[in-house]
Amino acid sequence: MPAHIWALTVKEFLALLRDKVSRMALIVPPILQLVVFGYAASFDLNHVPYAIYNEDSGAASRDFLARFAGAEVFQPVAEVNSDAQAARLLESRDVLLVLHLGPHFTRDLLLHRSASVQAIIDGRNSNTASIALNYVSAIVQGFNEQWAADHGWGRPPAMLKIRAWYNPNLLSRWFIVPGIVGLLTLVVAMVVTSLSVAREREAGTFDQLLVTPYRPFEILIGKALPGLIVGLLEGTGIVLIAVLWFHVPLLGSLAALYLGLIFFLMSAVGVGLMISAAAATQQQGLLGAFLFLVPAVILSGFATPIANMPPAVQTLTYLNPMRYFLVILRGVFLEGDGVSLLWSQYLPLAAIGLLTMAAAAWLFRHRLY
Amino acid sequence: MNTRLVGLMRKELLQIVRDPSAIAIAFVLPVVLLLIFGYGVSLDAKHVLVGVVVDAPTPQTQSFVAGMRRSEYFSVQTFSDIHRAREALRERRINGIVWLRGDFSRLALTAGDAPVGVVVNGVDANDARILEGYVQGVWAQWLEREAQLRGGRLTLPVDLQSRIWYNPAVRSRDYLVPGLIAVIMTLIGALLTALVVAREWERGTYEALMATPVSMREILLGKVLPYFVLGMGGMALSVAMALWLFHVPLRGSALVLFGSAALFLLAALGMGLLISTAAKSQFVAGLIAIIVTFLPAFILSGFIFDIRSMPEPIQIITHIIAARYFVAILQTVFLAGNVWSVILPNGAALLAMALFFLGIVARLSRKRLD
Repeated sequence: MPAHIWALTVKEFLALLRDKVSRMALIVPPILQLVVFGYAASFDLNHVPYAIYNEDSGAASRDFLARFAGAEVFQPVAEVNSDAQAARLLESRDVLLVLHLGPHFTRDLLLHRSASVQAIIDGRNSNTASIALNYVSAIVQGFNEQWAADHGWGRPPAMLKIRAWYNPNLLSRWFIVPGIVGLLTLVVAMVVTSLSVAREREAGTFDQLLVTPYRPFEILIGKALPGLIVGLLEGTGIVLIAVLWFHVPLLGSLAALYLGLIFFLMSAVGVGLMISAAAATQQQGLLGAFLFLVPAVILSGFATPIANMPPAVQTLTYLNPMRYFLVILRGVFLEGDGVSLLWSQYLPLAAIGLLTMAAAAWLFRHRLY
Repeated sequence: MNTRLVGLMRKELLQIVRDPSAIAIAFVLPVVLLLIFGYGVSLDAKHVLVGVVVDAPTPQTQSFVAGMRRSEYFSVQTFSDIHRAREALRERRINGIVWLRGDFSRLALTAGDAPVGVVVNGVDANDARILEGYVQGVWAQWLEREAQLRGGRLTLPVDLQSRIWYNPAVRSRDYLVPGLIAVIMTLIGALLTALVVAREWERGTYEALMATPVSMREILLGKVLPYFVLGMGGMALSVAMALWLFHVPLRGSALVLFGSAALFLLAALGMGLLISTAAKSQFVAGLIAIIVTFLPAFILSGFIFDIRSMPEPIQIITHIIAARYFVAILQTVFLAGNVWSVILPNGAALLAMALFFLGIVARLSRKRLD
């Protein structure tokens, strides 16, 4: 690299790392957040508090409830004996679920009749509610199979044998942690780039830079390199924590992962510099960073699948670099994808990177107003 | 109100009008974000691509597949043999496979327990679990139909009846939109104020302010009040969109909603001011605002991931996130009503956080130059 571009890069690094707070801000939060979010971000339920409303005193109801007591997912916290009590616990969010067994539970079962059990679930978080209902159904089904076998009820004509590929125990952590790797890499890239030009514009030093013999693309390289280098280093640290701390399997090749990381950083740095170059003040740069960051995360497929979005929004996601990076991360981590399978993800990233960087270089001299 | 304070607020308002980004933050940001997210964020999978393999077609298998085709949850694609279906699953062209083997009908009509092979792509564990639930639904209905064909009724030992309160149709949008309001208000609050004090430090106007007779309290009030009004405007806009665009029911009172929003906004503005006051440079304040606002509010607030399922130490950490209390109130007031046992403790926590942040800001902002 020509010495004068290197000098510019060094200056950018100094501007970024000069201040103790911004040095810390670059290193500590991403690592801390990965650990906290890695534990926090999960759709799996644990220790769901539930209340028992059992009007039956027979042995069958005790057997039935024992299955819930033995399940890791559920935790009994109260026994109630009226609908009103149950309602109060649900309403105040003390329990998520109330299991109501009627007075004839055991009698009905012994008479070879269906005994009904009511599960009342707090639907304020509807996703939690449907997952909890799935767990309840699974436990009820287990009880039914056992009871039918022990008491000669005959077998149903068919049964489901369900297997899940790539993630046999359906741990949502395996899905979420690679996603967080993408999230934090994006945040770091935005932090490094989105204010860098706006700050110089506000201080007036950008005009000075423009009258030097540097050409716009040289300034661009000088501004982009710190983002790429910091992003690569932090990305490596984050991947290491995902593998060594959270034990997410990394089945695919490192080459595929790093190729993805480099292309993704190119596009993220490009977007960040474009925002920064378009902004007149740091306030505007910060606003632009958020206006990109928030939709980029929410419409990436990180927590809610892109397939559930309406077609128009799905089309919009093709502009989102996070979308491609998440496919790469999950493919490499969990499905063992190599480089050859992922070109359809690398190329859009490279295209977004080149376009936004070109736009940023153009904006250096031709700002909107 | 005294004239000095009015003057300060006038100055702040002029600054807001001059750089329209503050108005954009309060009004454009919520509209854009709610539109994209309200339409874009959903956990309700529909028309999931599922491959079906039937080795030997019979009336029983036809009835099973017809059940899947009738369901709006599936988009069925038939494969001639299991290997092709597996290949399609590997290449992510389908999300799951349902396989009815050659001996399905023979076993179903004689011994029972004929296996239905189900394979799902488990990478997105939540999605996979939802898909499993859908297949179970189809299976249960098929059992019912088969029992009726044989002139009986299906009797399972335990017949589970479920009621999902507050959201019987299990529309994920009804719980995500109130939570989104909390995330968006977090951003508005922090973005509005994160740079305002740092900007004055950088430009030297803060020193000039110190030389005037205005007290520190008045300076802070002058900073908080205009942005508070802007933020509440953004809140009103968000609530209007939730009610009339996304048709989320509001079962509690609007008074409780806006009362808690006011408390939350004070806490969020206080946090922004704290960042700004502590950083003293817009650049550093901007970095911190990006890092500490959005992702924590997104992941640790209970907006999408349930706090009660997090490990104990993480649950404790969530208590320092103001959005957590606001999300709890919003989900309850929108979907359940005025449940005071939820509103009061969470409202008290918001009040405490607002006082804490604003108190620290007041302490840090003495008339000193270091």
